[in-house]
Amino acid sequence: MTGSGPVDRVGRRRANIGLAAVFTLPALLCVAFLGVPLAALAWRGFGSGEFADNVTTSLVLDSLRLSAITSTITLAVAIIAGTPLAYLLATRRFPGKAAVDLLLDLPIVLPPTVAGVALLVALGRRGVAGRPLDAAGIDIAFTTTAVVLAQLFVSAPFYIRTAKAGFESIEPVYEGIASTLGASPLRTFFTVTLPLAWPSLVAGAILCWARALSELGATLIFAGNLQGSTRTMPLAIISAFESGKSIDVPIALSLILVGAAAVLLLLLRVLARGTPMRV
Amino acid sequence: MSRQGPSQFVRPSIAALIALVVAMLALSACAGSSSATATATVVARTSIATPNESTGAAQQLQPGSITVFAAASLTDSFADIGKAFSAAHAGVDVTYNFGGSPTLRTQLEQGARADVLALADQANMQAALDAKLVVDAGTIFATNRLVIIAPAANPGGVNAPIDLAKPGLKLVLALDGVPAGTYARQSFAKMATDPAFGAGFTDAVLANVVSEEPNVKGVVTKVQLGEADAGVVYVTDVTPGVAADVHTVAIPEAVNSTAEYPIAVTRTASRTDLADAFVAFVASAEGQSIVRKYGFLSLR
Repeated sequence: MTGSGPVDRVGRRRANIGLAAVFTLPALLCVAFLGVPLAALAWRGFGSGEFADNVTTSLVLDSLRLSAITSTITLAVAIIAGTPLAYLLATRRFPGKAAVDLLLDLPIVLPPTVAGVALLVALGRRGVAGRPLDAAGIDIAFTTTAVVLAQLFVSAPFYIRTAKAGFESIEPVYEGIASTLGASPLRTFFTVTLPLAWPSLVAGAILCWARALSELGATLIFAGNLQGSTRTMPLAIISAFESGKSIDVPIALSLILVGAAAVLLLLLRVLARGTPMRV
Repeated sequence: MSRQGPSQFVRPSIAALIALVVAMLALSACAGSSSATATATVVARTSIATPNESTGAAQQLQPGSITVFAAASLTDSFADIGKAFSAAHAGVDVTYNFGGSPTLRTQLEQGARADVLALADQANMQAALDAKLVVDAGTIFATNRLVIIAPAANPGGVNAPIDLAKPGLKLVLALDGVPAGTYARQSFAKMATDPAFGAGFTDAVLANVVSEEPNVKGVVTKVQLGEADAGVVYVTDVTPGVAADVHTVAIPEAVNSTAEYPIAVTRTASRTDLADAFVAFVASAEGQSIVRKYGFLSLR
């Protein structure tokens, strides 16, 4: 009844022309709503003729480098630490499972500023865990580590949730066969489970990475805003905007972020194609 | 057969789609919350207003409403002024949009509607005038001074302005370009010309900056929470509520910077009579006494 693989929805529903006609207008409005602001950004950004000057400033280059480094570390940590959790949530019953599920949903629906305040009262200099760390000479606030922690807090749930759904969709029979053929549980996980869940893992990684890259509120509150160490792309945009520089600088920064995000999303989609199931 | 739970019906592609929708919602929520931080909109309305005897001499204004764009540091004082203005003019409402001065100017440039613009520095007002957003450079209605704050426990041992150059001190300033940040840097430059501080003072202080906040309230919060060792803010930011959490270090007059607050009527004002009356009210004895109450230096 389930897990019959990808369904050819387009083919099966082609005959339904009446519904498509009714749905076209709202669909076009939706596309326009999402597309027009981005098109306006491109229009203004490339139209100013100073795009190249605006993007080669140290503000832009430093923030671009910092964003690339921090979001990559965040993604790596989310995958390494999140995959086991996602697998356990999908395949085992354990006490407090409902609470863990709720915990994973909360960062997704809460404003990132809440994440920032929560991290501050936990790991800030006077925080619950921050005070003993401070006494030991470890300072997290205002460091690049704090940027990664802020990104991880808001973005890891996107990976874990999607990965969990992927593991849940796998027919246990495949793992059972591998096991009866003598494969160890770990070998089964890596040779059967992981490849079957791959599209979901990639989709989760895309969401996680995109969310980490766009993280602003928690970073500003918990990590601060300093060029070179904590000022990621979104913070550079708000900084350029708030300091009253010409709006061309925030526009140029925004365009780079849009472009970088689009390129990486496409790249990850291409990567996901070379696998048994498509995203 | 597959595993437990209703999610067995969720195929990876659908799960990814749902997650994507959730992500979009979360991203939009993020954008919404950040813009809310940037410009908190406070609506001050006094619908049942009685004409104030002391300002009864003012001309009778037709009921209506005006929108005032005001610097974040004016949040509390202007909320009070709005109430007093509405009390003096029956049926007249004042709606505020508070934010950083450069942000307010940018919003006007991008077509936001306002009747009155009150900023924390003349540079941004001049830029607004150059962009033909206001009718004139406005009138200065208040001034403000800078002060150094440290957490009450004073972990950095900040007791005089020169202590800001202590190596390793965690200093938080407002962004350069945000009036409070610009004034702070001007003050450091003045200090550096004093032999007591030394020529390398400014560089030493700026090397201690661990965060540049988009607005001055962010500086206050980081110091109040004890994350930073020191910050430079306006005298008016040390409200009674903040004073309990911070150790205040005065900056001597000679090396302090004076923040000047200009107010002007915008070119897009729909009710210039109300806008003019509001500007006049801010400059009146009553308006100036409210401004003084919040720690600004009034011009009267």
